[in-house]
Amino acid sequence: MRVSIPLRPLSRPSTSVNALCKGSRPVVWTSRRRNYSTHPPNARLNIPTDYSTTPLLAHSSQTALANPELPPEARNGTAKRMNLFQAINDALSTALAEDENVLVFGEDVSFGGVFRCTMKLAERFGGARVFNTPLTEQGIMGFGIGLAAEGMRPIAEIQFADYVYPAFDQLVNEAAKYRYREGRTGRSAGGLTVRMPCGGVGHGALYHSQSPESLFTHIPGLRVIMPRSPLQAKGLLLSAIRSNDPCVFMEPKILYRAAVEQVPTSAYTLPLSKAEILKEGKDITIISYGQPLYTCNAAIQKAEEDLGISIELIDLRTIYPWDKECVFKSVRKTGRCMVVHEAMVNAGVGAEVAAAIQEDPDTFIRLEAPVSRMAGWSIFTPLMFEKFNIPDVARIYDGIKKLLEY
Amino acid sequence: MKARTLPRALLRRAVGSVPRGSTSPALQFPAIRLSSSISQRLGASHVSFPGAVNSAFTSDLKFVVPSDYPAVPTYRVVDQDGNVVDRSFKPDLSNEEVVKLYKTMLTVSIMDPVMFDAQRQGRISFYMVSAGEEAISVGSASALDQEDVVFCQYREQGIFAQRGFTLKNFMSQLFANKHDIGKGRNMPVHYGSKELNIHTISSTLATQIPHASGAAYALKMQHINDPSVPPRVVAVYFGEGAASEGDFHAALNIAATRSCPVIFICRNNGYSISTPTLEQYRGDGIASRGIGYGIDTVRVDGNDIWAVREVTKKAREMALEDGGKPVLIEAMSYRVSHHSTSDDSFAYRARVEVEDWKRRDNPIARLRKYMEANGFWDESKEKEARDSIKRDVLKAFSEAEREKKPPIRTMFEDVYEELTPDLKAQMQQLKDHLEKYPNEYDLGEYEDGINSLKS
Repeated sequence: MRVSIPLRPLSRPSTSVNALCKGSRPVVWTSRRRNYSTHPPNARLNIPTDYSTTPLLAHSSQTALANPELPPEARNGTAKRMNLFQAINDALSTALAEDENVLVFGEDVSFGGVFRCTMKLAERFGGARVFNTPLTEQGIMGFGIGLAAEGMRPIAEIQFADYVYPAFDQLVNEAAKYRYREGRTGRSAGGLTVRMPCGGVGHGALYHSQSPESLFTHIPGLRVIMPRSPLQAKGLLLSAIRSNDPCVFMEPKILYRAAVEQVPTSAYTLPLSKAEILKEGKDITIISYGQPLYTCNAAIQKAEEDLGISIELIDLRTIYPWDKECVFKSVRKTGRCMVVHEAMVNAGVGAEVAAAIQEDPDTFIRLEAPVSRMAGWSIFTPLMFEKFNIPDVARIYDGIKKLLEY
Repeated sequence: MKARTLPRALLRRAVGSVPRGSTSPALQFPAIRLSSSISQRLGASHVSFPGAVNSAFTSDLKFVVPSDYPAVPTYRVVDQDGNVVDRSFKPDLSNEEVVKLYKTMLTVSIMDPVMFDAQRQGRISFYMVSAGEEAISVGSASALDQEDVVFCQYREQGIFAQRGFTLKNFMSQLFANKHDIGKGRNMPVHYGSKELNIHTISSTLATQIPHASGAAYALKMQHINDPSVPPRVVAVYFGEGAASEGDFHAALNIAATRSCPVIFICRNNGYSISTPTLEQYRGDGIASRGIGYGIDTVRVDGNDIWAVREVTKKAREMALEDGGKPVLIEAMSYRVSHHSTSDDSFAYRARVEVEDWKRRDNPIARLRKYMEANGFWDESKEKEARDSIKRDVLKAFSEAEREKKPPIRTMFEDVYEELTPDLKAQMQQLKDHLEKYPNEYDLGEYEDGINSLKS
């Protein structure tokens, strides 16, 4: 964590936060390294991610525009450097411009949002379409469902994924079941997209760090999506907004400012329920999503260097309904696999992926080691111990070694 | 009451005066009240904290005590004997139209015991009657526009009947047969209709209240985006028990802050299952809460269909005023029936109390007295109406009972817009299983039997 993020009690943007938003100031902030992000002097593995060199981000516009999933008009267009919050802002702005039924609301979205994702949207599209709600998550969700059920395309924001629980009834019993129980009327809450910042941020402790995605993946009717980068965030968010199923869009908040890459400027979507192979390999498959992909990538680099192996890295992107075929195909090839996520291991996404892998007869017989899960411990995220809880490079590296040694 | 409405009027004036009297940024963005636009003048007699503008200073330490205020009065047009008590009231319906409303109430009240008994005989799985509350649903629905959107709790059969839900529609849902709009997925009494603009009922209490606020905002935006779409309102119904849920609070607050054209209609029938209102709340019912949210509120005699109609008509007008605003109606009644077929209400209330209500005052008898007093109804018409309704109900009943159930495939559909690969695979698994164990299941009552599971 190099930059300070405003946390929940913030009522006004501080001037420093404003200054940050105006341009490429993060440089100023890199010198203000916080104590918790330093690494021990002899560390070889647990070195903070250098987002400016990671191959998981498109550092040049050529790389960004060469993405084969982009439609031709995006590929022939231009690209612009954006961080994750700017890419989300870009997607929201595109959605608001292309469809008058799109509305953006939540706590504090009007002035730009506590993470700046809704900057200038109220000014551009008017207070009737981009607005603050009272501080009530169940109200935000219920309000959004009502809008969607009457044909609008609401984009609701829950300020932190940690605060989605008051809205759980509305998500589980209402948003998810709406189409099913309406039957022949054809009404649904499919127009609804719920955005929420999630994941560890270095100092978020119990209520600014959670990754509750597996609670949503247990709800039929919802699509659960988590992007890893600005380019992905824009394409997947536009897909979620245009999707006729209710979507939970989880944004790893540690990447809001940290992940910067070239993002195509025209409107484009990326497919839902389709995984992406980030790196091909033949000895081990690592499956993850969101921020841990960067950690996985760093561990893979070291392991390949040290052990002379090659590892395949898969980004699930949509966590439910997920792309089983892509994962099975890879594991059939490598015979060894690890699922990595921040949320606790118990009944997490890893449990579902591992179970599905061993249940698929063709994949099961190719397994040469038990499926491994590298995830948060079965605890909460304690302030001073976060670095021991969220899977880091050393733990993933060690997991790779254990998979090979089995 | 006077004391209660006073702060609200002052508040309006205070907010209104900000843009007029100054050249502050509030002028450009009148919808947003910036806290900087409110400040305390030296020597002012009123506080101007942003959280409560124009609250008068007082040197008298005094708590606001609920008992200082009289209960919100209950509006009625016709008394228990069918006499008009509101002298300004003029019926806006022809005698034929009044008879039609009466017959709609009668239909619900005749269908109720038939279906209650059908449940007792195990022919349907569940039922909830709405005895004693027919006037609230039929009366309010009759005052709404057919294009207005409605959200229900579950004790509002009268709204469906009033809007044109046929006996076949009712019975198909109750028997969950292949004609059920809900495709046989929901418990009985969870009706819904697209043509009639009524959202499908869900069992979860109060969740529909914030939906109504959101839907009302949608209607408002649709009218703004395309003025050829007529202005419409949303009406949402719920019991006084449901009003204790957090969703009630969220919905009223959000509707007020976003100026949503929604009419909140609370059916206060004295009980939520076994819980009497004394254990539900200690304020003056639900009506007193509306004022706290800045919502115009009225309490009405729910046994008086004319009064319910009058307040709903007026509420609809008000909800569309000034670009839209919420209105709260608390309709008082008594739940004459058991809560549902799973409840024996004599376990928690005296039989005599229920009998008293049935005998002394109920909405159907009151309208009948009104019609008889005005000379357009009599005993023979009553008998003829009851007989013919009962015949129709029983006919629809036996037809619906004979129909096949929806195809088994229906259980996998509509979870998502399209069947996912997972769901297709699971459908195949079920098909394989049913083929392997044909004697373990009765597939004959489902349309198309096992064939519907073909992918």
